[in-house]
Formats: sequence, C-alpha cells, structure tokens
Amino acid sequence: MTRRERTVDVLVVGAGPAGLGAAAALAASGTRVEVLEREQSAGGIPRHCHHGGFGSRRGGSGSGDVSGPDYALRCTAAAERAGATLRTGITVTGWAGPRTLDATGPGGLERITARAVVLATGARERPRSARLVPGTRPTGVYTTGELQQAVHLHHQHIGTRAVVVGDEPVSHAAADTLRIAGVEVAALVTGHPATALAALRRRPGAPVLSRTTVTGLTGRARLTGVTVRHHDGRTTTLRCDTVVFTGDWIPDHELARRGAVDLDPGTRGPAHDASYRTGEQGVFAVGNLLHGVESAGTAAAEGRAVAAPVLRHLAGGPWPVGQVTLAVAAPLTWIAPNLIGPDGDRPLNNRFVLRTERRLTAPMLVVRQNGRLLHRQRMLLPARPGHPFHLSADWLDRADPRGDTVRISVR
Amino acid sequence: MTYTVTRAGQPLPAGLPYDVTVIGAGVVGAAIARELARYRVRTALVEASDDIGNGTSKANTAILHTGFDAVPGSLEARLVREGQRRLTAYAVETGIPVERVGALLVAWDEEQLAALPALLAKAEANGYHAARLLDAARLAELEPHLGPGALGALEIPDESVICPWTTPLAFATQALLAGVHLHLDCRVTGIESSQDIHTLTTTRGPLRTRQLINAAGLHADAIDRLLGHDAFTVTPRRGQLIVYDKLARDLVHHILLPVPTAAGKGVLVAPTVFGNVLLGPTAEDLDDKAATESTEDGLALLREKGRRILPRLIDEEITAVYAGLRAATGHEDYRIKEYPDRRYIAVGGIRSTGLTASMAIAGHVTALLDRTGLDLGAPAELPPLTMPGLGEVSDRPYLNAGLIARDPAYGTVVCHCERVTAGEIRDALDSVLPPRSAEGLARRTRAGNGRCQGFHCGAGLRALIEGTRT
Ligand SMILES: Cc1cc2nc3c(=O)[nH]c(=O)nc-3n(C[C@H](O)[C@H](O)[C@H](O)COP(=O)(O)OP(=O)(O)OC[C@H]3O[C@@H](n4cnc5c(N)ncnc54)[C@H](O)[C@@H]3O)c2cc1C
Ligand SMILES: Cc1cc2nc3c(=O)[nH]c(=O)nc-3n(C[C@H](O)[C@H](O)[C@H](O)COP(=O)(O)OP(=O)(O)OC[C@H]3O[C@@H](n4cnc5c(N)ncnc54)[C@H](O)[C@@H]3O)c2cc1C
Repeated sequence: MTRRERTVDVLVVGAGPAGLGAAAALAASGTRVEVLEREQSAGGIPRHCHHGGFGSRRGGSGSGDVSGPDYALRCTAAAERAGATLRTGITVTGWAGPRTLDATGPGGLERITARAVVLATGARERPRSARLVPGTRPTGVYTTGELQQAVHLHHQHIGTRAVVVGDEPVSHAAADTLRIAGVEVAALVTGHPATALAALRRRPGAPVLSRTTVTGLTGRARLTGVTVRHHDGRTTTLRCDTVVFTGDWIPDHELARRGAVDLDPGTRGPAHDASYRTGEQGVFAVGNLLHGVESAGTAAAEGRAVAAPVLRHLAGGPWPVGQVTLAVAAPLTWIAPNLIGPDGDRPLNNRFVLRTERRLTAPMLVVRQNGRLLHRQRMLLPARPGHPFHLSADWLDRADPRGDTVRISVR
Repeated sequence: MTYTVTRAGQPLPAGLPYDVTVIGAGVVGAAIARELARYRVRTALVEASDDIGNGTSKANTAILHTGFDAVPGSLEARLVREGQRRLTAYAVETGIPVERVGALLVAWDEEQLAALPALLAKAEANGYHAARLLDAARLAELEPHLGPGALGALEIPDESVICPWTTPLAFATQALLAGVHLHLDCRVTGIESSQDIHTLTTTRGPLRTRQLINAAGLHADAIDRLLGHDAFTVTPRRGQLIVYDKLARDLVHHILLPVPTAAGKGVLVAPTVFGNVLLGPTAEDLDDKAATESTEDGLALLREKGRRILPRLIDEEITAVYAGLRAATGHEDYRIKEYPDRRYIAVGGIRSTGLTASMAIAGHVTALLDRTGLDLGAPAELPPLTMPGLGEVSDRPYLNAGLIARDPAYGTVVCHCERVTAGEIRDALDSVLPPRSAEGLARRTRAGNGRCQGFHCGAGLRALIEGTRT
C-alpha cells in the first residue's frame, strides 16, 4: 500500500472553533489527539471574519469582544498549548473503515485509524445555484464566505454597488464587509416580514426590503441587476454589479455521509445526542456540521463539551443504539441535538437549539411522545428565522428512552 | 515547442494568407483545426470569445451518443455513428474522461411501452445492434431508485458520458502544437472575396485566407450570409440543466432517457464523468442567440420531470444550473455544404449531437476541401497528447501517491469540493492554452465547479489567476 498507515487515540477532522475546542479539551486531559485541517492555516471560518463579537463571555478560549482572526489564533494557540497535534494542509478524503480515515497532503497519502473520530467540518452558505435563482451567470455573485475571503484575505476588488440577499446576522456582516471594500450597499432583501425591533437596532444605511424574493439575475459578463418580487406581486430590478447570497446554511456533511453517518432530515447534519454521538460507533460530531450556523462561541463550547463523552468512550463506555429521535413540525425547521441518549445526558447549557422558517410571536413550544405531553414552554421573545431560540431540557427525565419519536410543535 | 495563440491587443500575423481559416473554436471548429493540422497547410482558427469552447460546446448534456435514434440515412446518423467510434478511441489515447454507463429509454405508460419495439428497429436501421428490451422487473433491478410506474425500457449499452470541456481543449491543443494558429477575441464581421483570396474583417483587423470553413455554431447562418448565401437560419433552442451534488451519484447508474416525442428528446437524468447527476435539458425555441439564462419556469419544469423519474434526486443539493443553445435549423439534419467556386464550406446546423460527431464532421469537412480546390497531400501522424484526468473514474492526482511523492503540489488540495490540487491548477495556468478567467480554469481543472461554488476557494482561485496575468 502506498498509504502511510497510523493509529491515534482521537482524530479530529476540521480545525475551526469546534474542532480546536475539542482538541484543546482532550489534549488537556492527556489524550493523544490529532487535528487535520485542509486549509493552510487553522482557525476555520473566523479567519476571515474581520469584525468583533467573537468569543463567549462564558470563558473558554475567548473572553468577550475579539475579532474573528484573533479568535482563530486564540483557538489555535489553546489547542497547541494543551498538546494537541495540529496538521494543516491535509484533507480528509474518505473512509477506509469504521474509524479509519484516508487523508491527502503534500507529504503523501495517509490512512489513520482512531479509537474515536470527531467530525468538525463546519457549514457553508448555499450558493445562488443551490437556491435555484434563475437568470444569467455573470461575475459579481458571492456568498458571504467568498466575499470575506476576497476582501480580507486577498484584498480583491469587489464592485461598486451591491445587493445582499438575507437579513440574518451574517447578512449584516456581509454588508459591513462590502462597505469596508468601498462597495455601496443598495439593499438587503429578505422574504420575511419586517420586524420593528430590527428596524430600531439598525443603523442608517441600506434599506431592508422585506417580504421580497430574488427572482433572477441579469447581466452578461458582469452582473447588472437583481430582479425581485414583493409578496404583493410588485416586481422591480435593483441595479447593482455585486450580489451576496448570505445565510441559508448547509452543513459540510460530505464526509459524514460518505461514512454512512445518519443525518437528521431537519439540520442535514449528523443526527446526534447530547453527548455528540452519531449513529456510528466511535464517531462524534460537533460545531456547525451539526446544525448549520451558530456563533463561533457555541461551536467552540460544543467542541469542549465533546471531550467528556469521548473520554468515556475511550474508557470503554457503551455506544447507544436505537436512540429516540426528536422531530419538529413546521414551521420549526430543526432541533439539535436530535437524538435522546439512554444515559440522561443533558445538552449544552441544558437546552436544545431550534430554528423556525417564519417569525413566531410568543410561541408555545409543545413536546409530546406517543401522544403524551412531556413539556410546554411559552417563549417570551419572538422566534425569528435565521436566529437560534431554545427549548429547556428539563423534561428529559419524563421521556421514555425506549419509546417513540419525541415530537416538538408550536402553538 | 512554439505555438501561436493571439489575443485582444496583439496584432494578427501579417504576411502570407492562410491556406485555410476555420471560423469558430467550438468543439466542431477545434476538431476541424486538429484534422487540418495533419496536413502541410497553413491553418488559422479564429474565435470571437476569449477562450475556446465558450459557445454551445461548454454547455451541453455531455453524452457520447451511439446515434441509435438518429434519422436513418441522414448525414447526422452517419457522422454520429462514426464520430462516436473515433472519439471513443481518441479519448482512450488522450485521457479524455469517458464512462460507458449505458442508457435506458424508460417507458412510463402503455403508449410509450408500445413505442419501444419501433425504437429498437430504428436502432437496427442505424446499424446499432446491441439494444434490447427490458421488462419492468429487470429495469427495477438495474435502477432501484426509479420513480413508481416505470413499465419497461430499451437498453442501449454503449451510450456513454464524456467530458465536454477536455474534448475541444484536446483538439485545440493538439492543433496548436502541430502549427495551427489560434486567434482569440477575434470576431469575424465581414468577408470580402476576390478571385482566390477571402479577406476577413475581424475585430482585430483583416485576415486573409484562401479557403474558408464556417463552424460558427449559432452564428453559422450569419457568416453564410456574409458570403451571399441564404441557405439556412439558425434558431437557438435553449436547454436548461440542473447539476446535482456528487452525493446523489449513487441514485442512478445509467443515462435515463425519456421515450422521444414530437417535441424533442425530452428531459433526461444522467451521471456525469465528474461524479454528479444531470437533470435536463429543456427545449425552448427562442430568437435571441445570447439567451443562455435559466428561467423560473424552466427550472420548475425540470424539477417536476425529475421528481417523476428519480424522486430522491429532488431532495439532493444542487451544485449548478446552466443553459446551452442548440443550433436548430428547422431541418432534421446537419447543414454541411461545400461551395467549390467560393472555396468555402459551411458547417451549419450541428444540432444536438455535435460533441459526439465532432471528429467525424472534421473528417468529412476535410475530405470536402479537395472539391473546393485544395490539395491537402498526405496526412501525417500528430504527436501524442495526454490531457489531465478530470474524470472521477481515473486516478485523480489527490489520490496518486507516486505523483505526490514526485511533486508535493499534487497533494495540496485547493478546491475542496472537487479535490483539485495546486499542481493541477499550476499545470493549467502553464499550459499551451491557459485559462483567462475563473470559468476557464474551472473547465480545465474542475476547480470552483463544486457544491460550494466558491464559498471556500473562489477568492483563492481568483488570486491565482490574477497572479499569472500581472
Ligand atoms: C460568513 C460567516 C460569518 C460569520 N460571522 C460570525 C460572527 O460574526 N460571530 C460569530 O460568533 N460567528 C460567526 N460565524 C459563525 C462561526 O464562524 C462558526 O460558528 C464557526 O466558525 C463554526 O465553527 P466550526 O468549527 O464548526 O466550523 P468552521 O469554522 O467552518 O471550521 C470547519 C473546518 O473544518 C475544515 N474541514 C472541513 N472538511 C474537512 C476535511 N475533509 N478535511 C480537513 N479539514 C476539513 C474546514 O477547512 C474548516 O477549517 C460566521 C460564519 C460565517 C460562515
Ligand atoms: C442543451 C444541449 C445539450 C446537448 N447535448 C449534447 C450531447 O449530449 N451530446 C452531443 O454530442 N452533443 C450535445 N449537444 C450539442 C453540442 O453541444 C453542439 O452540437 C456542439 O457544441 C456544437 O459545437 P460548435 O463548434 O458547432 O458550436 P459552438 O460551440 O457554439 O462554437 C461556435 C463558435 O463560433 C464562435 N463564433 C461565432 N460567430 C463567430 C464570428 N463571427 N467570428 C468568430 N467566431 C465566431 C463562437 O464564439 C463559438 O465559440 C447539446 C447541445 C445543447 C445546447
């Protein structure tokens, strides 16, 4: 075989906040942990988020308000300090066995077998094509990820006037990046209704066109405009040479799927329990891979939190099979974690994370299993698309670990 | 090795007129140029855009047809059949990715089922003898994810999928290496013909040639008119397509064709040599030869058809959407015609099979040159050429330990979705016909063509291209 074969205790795939958090916590406990990262430097998405707001006040590797690149450096340093082996420029390309991964790097091909694998491959934004936005195929079309790299890592020329598709936190990050690059932001476009609160918070600048969908792109070589339709049927063309498609997350789940790790239909990330265990023995998953985008602080916290269950597994702890599934009903789109472990493990901060596809004012979350009511919870704040909201895990003891799917709905 | 490629801003070579000039560097023009490169004639290939294969040739369904369903006895039937043989052999020789996946013409109702025997007979009439009828049970065995209601199929085991980008690139590269001149950014806008010389007015100045071959695709009618003919009119027939993610590849094993109707060949589902799944194309007659945009209706129609054929496909992620324009002439055949007195050959109406037929068209056209008064002499062998292996079944560089050991750049993955390495990108940028744009790079390496469409690597790829341009 022309692959170098090796074994490690724990192999972490992806050196973003989640993978680095896991590596730091595991290495600190004396475990041999190796992190493989396909990019030339570690740190994940924050490497090109040149704005503040990273790090959680709850401690860990960040404390408060640092920029993305600084946060990436801190996460990297913390993992290295703890003794984890970080290897960048190495791409994990597939599986050769249940906990055996193949990798490619400039040093050659490797086959690494681990006692536990932690997948932390992150998420990306759906590009224009995946959203089926029709029209021409001009240049000037971005996702936030590409835009941020173009501006902050490569200092490329972007354009003069842009439309941002989306009105989530990342959409506003995209608008800021555009302004830094000297691009006028013509509008943010969202299919959702306007929120009074958001209008208050927003500083003057680009208008948000709510209840509006993008119906096409125009322009031959270069983008000349974005056609939009308001929900009342009015249509117009917004003149611009740049458009950024933001949000609409999809976990980078290729490796998980190729490893036959079951996915949750809502998140499209690996189905997992509160201990980040997937359906495959010895395979854990953390960070944005689980649920599209959460804050970097959440991803890092998930990474740190996986250490204890990984250690339990290395010590010979049993791997649960046939766990109870959590399912959401529309307009809820997903819940994470979405499996209930048999050992009563609690999710991070004793709460589940959810998303909705439309705005809900003071919704009542209802949890049932086999028709039996387990929990009801009135939310005080509205739930908004693109923003996380939470369900307490207090009802977990009342769920039957051998029962049917637990269903979460809103009233 | 010296070769001549000129671009905007560079002068066209002065001096002697060319013996032959081919207008249009699509797959057909490039194949003709390559064929001519075997002879001792001075040949020019002139192309309006900044890259070869930038017209219809970049946006098709990428099927290497057997021609089983062509109109028996037509020129197209003959050239498709011969083209398939020639291109299959050439692909093996040069490393153009081809996968012989076979096709299934699936009958979804009794009427379609009843039509299959006639299609089998048509295949036989076209000299194709390997087709056979399958019953519903066998069909379900071969394609377990097919939607409910499929009643049977006609199997055409030799239908294959091919790389639409490597093919014209191989032709053009080999032509260049053998001395053909390529002039890019060079649109022909006028033609003046004297006794034995055509003077082409181009956007880059005049170009003189004795013989002229018109392979201008959608614009072949306009070129024809510049010579005073009114033989045919090209109507663009748009085909929109959706490319599904590689994770959908296991859902389908064959090219799944609908039973043809009067309205055309219909919407198919096909694997690609890159490991994706294609859904399309639509068939819309338009009058704008630049209308390569996708539409809300077109995409909705494709998804509706796709849901019927392969229901699970519709839940998979979409990688790309594109559209191409077929050169329809309202005539069920190619419009290839020589004009001996004008030293001119029109290669028009190369409808929906031009990729497959390209090499045979080239052979046919070259033979016609004799009748227009050009003695080509004896052909020579062209030096062998190896194209980068872009296909999923070939040993991609990122999996090739020996290659990486010799050159670590092949171990550095730059485009993560398509697993394209720094070594491959460097090779493309250093090649005989380097890309000028991100799109051109994508057609040569696959870089940037993946599911993230640049989220991860787009900015980096652009930096690499700009780096070589400054
Ligand atoms: C555009 C954008 C803006 C954001 N802005 C903010 C913000 O302002 N504040 C905030 O708190 N959060 C922000 N976030 C969210 C934050 O960046 C993420 O929550 C965090 O990066 C998630 O960490 P992660 O480790 O799960 O994934 P990532 O950071 O995405 O890291 C995943 C890593 O895995 C690597 N990888 C993937 N597959 C492989 C493989 N096969 N082999 C080897 N390596 C692999 C990737 O290269 C990547 O480095 C933003 C996210 C995006 C996309
Ligand atoms: C949706 C669709 C699906 C298809 N599927 C298949 C398939 O599965 N298998 C198959 O074999 N075929 C298929 N085809 C057909 C195939 O793509 C075409 O037959 C083939 O690409 C035609 O090549 P061409 O060289 O004639 O034209 P083009 O590729 O269009 O090349 C013509 C070139 O001429 C240039 N040009 C035009 N005017 C001028 C001028 N005045 N001066 C200089 N240059 C000029 C253009 O820029 C262009 O590059 C399909 C086509 C479509 C649209």
